[in-house]
Amino acid sequence: MFDRLSDGFNNALRKLSGKGNISESNVREAMEEVRTALLEADVEYGVVEQFCDEVLRDALGRDVTQSLQPGQEMIGIVHRKLVELLGGDPDAESGLAPGDAGPDILRISPGPTIVMMCGLQGSGKTTTCGKLAGWLKKRGRSVMLCAADLQRPAAIEQLETVARQADTELPGSARVLFHGEPERAKAYGQAVGVAVEVCQNALRRARAEGIDTLILDTAGRLHVNDELMDELHKVNRTLTPHQIFLVVDAMTGQDAVRSAKAFHERLAIDGVVMTKFDSDTRGGAAISVKRVTGAPLRFVGIGEKLDALEAFHPERMAGRILGMGDVVSLVEKAQEQVNEEDAKKLEAKMAKGELTMDDFLKQMKTLRRMGPLRQIMGMLPGVGSALKDINIDEKHMDRIEAMIESMTPRERAKPDVINLSRRKRVASGSGVKVDEVGGLVKQFGVINKLTKTMAGMSGSQKAAAAREFSGAGGMAGMQGLPSLAGKGSTKAKSRGVKKRKPKKR
Amino acid sequence: MGLFKSAIGKLKQGLERTRESFAAQIRSMLVGKNLDEALIKELEARLIQSDVGVHATRRLIEGIRADYRAGKQTRGEHALAYLKRELKAMWPEADRRLKFNETPGEPTVILVTGINGVGKTTSIAKLCKALRDEGKTVLLGACDTFRAGAVRQLEIWADRLGVEVVKGQQGGDPAAVAFDATAAALSRGVDVLILDTAGRLHTQDPLMRQLEKIRAVTAKKIPTAPHEVLLVLDATSGQNAIRQAEEFGKAAGVTGIFLSKLDGTARGGIVIAVREATDIPVKFVGVGETPDDVQPFDPESFIEAMFEE
Repeated sequence: MFDRLSDGFNNALRKLSGKGNISESNVREAMEEVRTALLEADVEYGVVEQFCDEVLRDALGRDVTQSLQPGQEMIGIVHRKLVELLGGDPDAESGLAPGDAGPDILRISPGPTIVMMCGLQGSGKTTTCGKLAGWLKKRGRSVMLCAADLQRPAAIEQLETVARQADTELPGSARVLFHGEPERAKAYGQAVGVAVEVCQNALRRARAEGIDTLILDTAGRLHVNDELMDELHKVNRTLTPHQIFLVVDAMTGQDAVRSAKAFHERLAIDGVVMTKFDSDTRGGAAISVKRVTGAPLRFVGIGEKLDALEAFHPERMAGRILGMGDVVSLVEKAQEQVNEEDAKKLEAKMAKGELTMDDFLKQMKTLRRMGPLRQIMGMLPGVGSALKDINIDEKHMDRIEAMIESMTPRERAKPDVINLSRRKRVASGSGVKVDEVGGLVKQFGVINKLTKTMAGMSGSQKAAAAREFSGAGGMAGMQGLPSLAGKGSTKAKSRGVKKRKPKKR
Repeated sequence: MGLFKSAIGKLKQGLERTRESFAAQIRSMLVGKNLDEALIKELEARLIQSDVGVHATRRLIEGIRADYRAGKQTRGEHALAYLKRELKAMWPEADRRLKFNETPGEPTVILVTGINGVGKTTSIAKLCKALRDEGKTVLLGACDTFRAGAVRQLEIWADRLGVEVVKGQQGGDPAAVAFDATAAALSRGVDVLILDTAGRLHTQDPLMRQLEKIRAVTAKKIPTAPHEVLLVLDATSGQNAIRQAEEFGKAAGVTGIFLSKLDGTARGGIVIAVREATDIPVKFVGVGETPDDVQPFDPESFIEAMFEE
């Protein structure tokens, strides 16, 4: 996400960062590039102008040109402004500690807490309802999803399926219920207030069932019109939801701001959920909406699966955009997947040089569970921009998994026994060439030796060893990052190697 | 070709909202005024806000500014005429009609793709209606086995339009459905088979490769298929639409663009941004919510309609 925007910022600021002194015209030039980057990212025109003006004023006001490290200072200013723009407080520390709860959904007692979702057609409302249900379920809160969208064909069925998936497939023990009255869809359009009645019925049921949060999936329209607003307004007035979330497609162009404004004026929205953030979307809408409505961005949808929802942290996002990485989120992701005891055991094994292929496989699978590699690597400081030309071949990792899975337990524990005939068998079992199996075994031996050596080193020695290792043409395959690069940048490789270590200690 | 009796009035009506903002504002901004640097700057802002894109905007603005400084343009009207001329020149004469299978007795296969939520299914309904109005028999293939409710949505449209749907299991292999649908189209002797696919982001490699597989299985039954690969782009989308056109163009061999929700946007400038970046022709525009609301794309009248009073 924000890949391209990030590139633009980096290009502009890199020119400044190396310089010992910069002139006012350097700053202006850089800001002109930032301006273009923001516009190409679909940030609203007015917002862009204001942002650039403010940064320029701050930079010239504080006389960046006279500071000792003008480039760093400039990046600092842009970072602060960006955090502000994204709805954060640049001076607050919140959101920076791993595990920080971040934005929560208000809880009303006695329940149920009513959350109303609104947005344009195709913005991803129904899927987002399911994702939010999953998010709440994980936190032990039971949810009822109410199909208040009686207009779109099949919308009710879609929500029902989503609710069932959230209930049965997502982690957590809380219930996810569904309320829908498909037979009422026919009456819709003829009778007034059908949607409101359905919502009221859902509320009654939610109360009776002792449900914690009721989420209303309302109808969308192609664009903001009176008919839609009247209906939403009625639901709002009758049910008085505690939270109203506007769902916005991150790919919307300059129009996003206008529709967000219209919704905000009629409904006073409490927060925005940005969907389709996982594409190479420029995400400009995400940036503009806060400035224009004042409503904070609360969640971002980052994939099609129901667990692909992240809380939004302005400070972290600003860091990602500026290529400063987002180590905090990375650590959180790792903590979700890695069990401390396992990590300790593994470390002991590595110190003795007794890593097995099984351990290797497990590591690789754990890493991959955290998300697509590209996304993970993008959270590392400095890697984001280096990644842009690299084609991470997830398929290569599939092949390694397949090879290891084609090995016998004995081969996995003692890869040394893998002779030519075994190599041939593994190759045919996993559908790769015999050479590749040989390569894997050889690489594995190197890793084992290296981890053993490194176990006795200090942190900086380790880093140096890893650098030497990848710089010396060693494959970047250690610990599950084999040949990440299609067209190689050793920078990303060595970063990849380095980053895996903290987790194991 | 009798397909789509192009009622210009309808297009205008569909573009009502586009006009309201993009053009009407540009028009009223320019007409009756003397051109100066401030006005040119204002025009730049308006073009960007209409999703025309930084690239195209810069090109247009630089042209106007150069003319202004050279004394060739002094009035707002001059700039307006320049805009119209330049924009129209972006679309040279081209064949924007649907391509049909020329082998007698074999159906034409149209593969429809695009990212999530752009209105693929609705666009298919429109296409289907237009083809039916032309007297062609149509079969639909529901290859979106991923999204809950997608097949149902297509079925509801099919019911209304009186065409049949070939479908598979929810979560099943889309290529298998495509294969079955192609076989069914052949054996039933229909004129056109339209394949609906699951929405996918152009960044999702495996899903993009799935499109290749769907292409390949249809070609197994009908060697020349698919005859058209239409990419549905949402007119309200921003500059990302350009990336979509590029990536789908590469992965799926897109032969034409169906621009949906043109009535939903007060901008419509994305047509220009997409044109600036790619040679894939826009073949149709969706201008409303009923199956009748589809138009073949005609750049000349599109630009005219945009700047009409």
